[in-house]
Amino acid sequence: MREPLIFEQSRAGRGALLQAPTPVPPSPDLPASLLRSDVPPLPEVSELQVVRHFTRLSQQNFSIDTHFYPLGSCTMKYNPRACNRLAMLPGFLARHPLEPEAHAQGVLECLFELQEWLKAVTGMAGVSLTPMAGAQGEFAGVAMIDAYHRARGDHARRQIIVPDAAHGTNPATATMCGLDVVEIPTNAEGDVDLDALRAAVGPATAGIMLTNPSTLGVFERRITEIAAIVHEAGGLLYYDGANMNAILGQVLPGAMGFDVVHINLHKTFSTPHGGGGPGAGIVAVNQRLEPFLPVPMVGQRDGRYAWLTERERPQSIGRLSAFMGNTGILLRAWVYMRLLGAEGMRRVSAYAVLNANYLLARLRDAGFTVAYPGRRASHEFIISLKDVARDTGVTAMDFAKALLDRGVHAPTTYFPLLVPECLLIEPTETEAQDDLDRFVEALVEIRALARRDAAEVKRAPRTTPVGRLDDVRAAKQLDVTWQSRRAPAA
Amino acid sequence: MPFIPHTDREVAAMLATIGAGSLDELFDEIPPALRNAPLTGVPAGLNEAGVARIMQARAARNVPATCFLGAGAYDHHIPAVVWELATRGEFYSAYTPYQAEASQGTLQLIYEYQSMMAGLTGLDVSNASLYDGATAFAEACLMAVRASRRPGARRILVPRYLSPAYRRVARALLKGQGLELTDLPVRDGRTDTAALESVATDGVAAVVVMQPNFLGSLEPADALTDWAQARGALVIGACNPTALALLKPPGQWGTRGADIACGEGQPLGIPLASGGPYFGFLACRSALVRQMPGRIVGGTVDGEGRPGFTLTLQAREQHIRRTKATSNICTNQGLMVTAATIYLSLLGPVGLRRVAEACHANTRELAATLSRCPGVTVPFRPFFHEAVVQLPVPVAPVLARLAAGGILGGYDLSADFPELGHALLVCATEQRTPEEIAAYGTALAAALDAPAMAAAG
Repeated sequence: MREPLIFEQSRAGRGALLQAPTPVPPSPDLPASLLRSDVPPLPEVSELQVVRHFTRLSQQNFSIDTHFYPLGSCTMKYNPRACNRLAMLPGFLARHPLEPEAHAQGVLECLFELQEWLKAVTGMAGVSLTPMAGAQGEFAGVAMIDAYHRARGDHARRQIIVPDAAHGTNPATATMCGLDVVEIPTNAEGDVDLDALRAAVGPATAGIMLTNPSTLGVFERRITEIAAIVHEAGGLLYYDGANMNAILGQVLPGAMGFDVVHINLHKTFSTPHGGGGPGAGIVAVNQRLEPFLPVPMVGQRDGRYAWLTERERPQSIGRLSAFMGNTGILLRAWVYMRLLGAEGMRRVSAYAVLNANYLLARLRDAGFTVAYPGRRASHEFIISLKDVARDTGVTAMDFAKALLDRGVHAPTTYFPLLVPECLLIEPTETEAQDDLDRFVEALVEIRALARRDAAEVKRAPRTTPVGRLDDVRAAKQLDVTWQSRRAPAA
Repeated sequence: MPFIPHTDREVAAMLATIGAGSLDELFDEIPPALRNAPLTGVPAGLNEAGVARIMQARAARNVPATCFLGAGAYDHHIPAVVWELATRGEFYSAYTPYQAEASQGTLQLIYEYQSMMAGLTGLDVSNASLYDGATAFAEACLMAVRASRRPGARRILVPRYLSPAYRRVARALLKGQGLELTDLPVRDGRTDTAALESVATDGVAAVVVMQPNFLGSLEPADALTDWAQARGALVIGACNPTALALLKPPGQWGTRGADIACGEGQPLGIPLASGGPYFGFLACRSALVRQMPGRIVGGTVDGEGRPGFTLTLQAREQHIRRTKATSNICTNQGLMVTAATIYLSLLGPVGLRRVAEACHANTRELAATLSRCPGVTVPFRPFFHEAVVQLPVPVAPVLARLAAGGILGGYDLSADFPELGHALLVCATEQRTPEEIAAYGTALAAALDAPAMAAAG
């Protein structure tokens, strides 16, 4: 049943005024020319109406807490409740970001330790926690590479090399930093084409952006050679930590030859995805990029924890957030890492990779086409449904929608762009074998239905609050506010 | 094992299915020389009770204080409902609503949020949020440059009393694209409209009006908007969202209204939490929507004509446009927007206006109280919920004394704005009681009176 918009439930004169402060007389200081003359279009509803409305809306979501969510490249693993509870202790929430350091020693200690632990898991010399999402971590990484070359007077290095399999954020980030993107191909086995790389590097190379394991779900086996080629050409290597869950505690990005790493704490370190954020995209660097890390960072001074700012770090690329990034998310990651410890972290990658390879083996045995059959899966893998699509007309998107009716969130579809009709499947380490088996059964069942009655698959989903939505209409007849429905803009 | 459900039997069966002899063998494509991650310095795992003990102790080591500090983050009451609902697992542990049919809750909520923010700013369209106020400001500048009718215009005129945090973040984020911020002339704590004639406007893509500005002062937004638009520049309004219930919103400034509005969403139900996570809001006229970065949710229908919601205008975004995207942003601050939408629903138009009025009244009371201390003046009026207080002595030691007595006395302006002298920025939200305000007055008088201070001054 459709949940009415909160505005449709509003009645003038009703309100949760218990929540508002006592009224005060109008201020003589404020001239009418500065004041608002109309009533802003906010709803007037009771507290109970608010509770029911947002509870009902929540029930229209798939989430990790309610469904298997094998969304490739997103690492949708269980978000431990303790992380949320402890980060939301009143002693952490009631902290003004500009309070004196002496008042904030508890939170600063957590942030300092988190920096140290993240150095250890990346094999790097310095960490800044401020980037508020993966895309900001990428920005910080590329901006540091740029700053490094400029500091050496090497102004010709304006090119960032990006493999064609990369996430779209990589090239978008390079552009934001004012650099040019050079794309290089991937070979049939899923590795970077080394000849193409050799041809691409030169005196204009600022660096390369790589994800390893790559977005194709396989480990870049010749990473040491790649690092040598790029370094010999004078460029630096940026590690997109999107897939860190596959190697946590097994391989250090620093040992692979990377100069800068970003890690999505909302993936590997299980902070919440929150319906699309807030994330945290911390950056870790080796010695040569250390002076350029974004501020603020946390250091120690006179036996106390202290902020490190532009004053102590004059070569910093500067600030990426108004205060200290998404501190509350950083505290959740601290709790998660402390619960797991070093051994727990190694188990994360071991069992994430076990689950992925098990699922891969089961689907291959069930006759699905694996995109890179000769390869070991990392924490995720790709199947291609192009044969099914050719034979029945049922596409990867149809499979995705049919999975929703079987109580599974769809895997990532049509990414990476290199593999036709693909599903990128990432089960994560927190799913049990039974859940993986049910997923295999669901895909087998959908394929059987596709062969029998393709039209029926294309009618999916039928159990969700709405069926497939008209995206073209959404973009053409733009309806992005309730006000526009009542009084369509001219 | 923490958060891993596998039994030994299952592991053995799964390895057999894979055809591997051990978990270790699953990493056999990684060159052996690289297989060494000692994780030195990471402690051993600890159970939940043990970790809770550490966190409770650290939370208790943080010192509580009465907050008269604003400067971009504000201590407002957050109704219990807000986070009880926002941390429901169905919101907390969902991802970006790419599969619209399985995400109608998040999508409808964002649509309601967009409606509320468009209404509050008086503009047509809002996106689904950005990281924080400072990044929303930087993105607003980039958006204005893209939308400018002046080819090659890369200059943005900003108020002298722009938030220093916005200025620093904009510098870091915009440098790569060659944008340049230039200050407007000031007088009496606000932009000086009488001096605008001398301002060169060639190559200017946009003029920023911050209302209230960083000093809490109210800017002549109508005059600035008309002046800027008459010179072919777009107008960006940087706003406090609480103030929007009381003050004229950007969409109503001047003859035509501002073109873009942005700001920090933290006052709308988000805890201070040492600086984040917060969220930034960004709204604009409908003509500019295709230049807007970030996610946007739109209404549509399904195959049977039932109404629903989906992400729309995705052709602007990085996963499709790659190097030509409007921004590299992938996420919004979904959970923060969930909280803000619940907060705004609970307060409604009357409640939010009352919060704004109470903040303003408390800050007037605070300014009056503090100006009774010898040598203390309040130079700039009118203000919203922050005011500049000029002290007879340097600010930093006074703040240190107040802090030692459990009062966060405000923000020392002398580093960012040395021309203001011994200037302190104070704030009293609706949370501050008359007793707390009186106690601040007493404490300030004592701090100024102390012999040590006299020596320092």
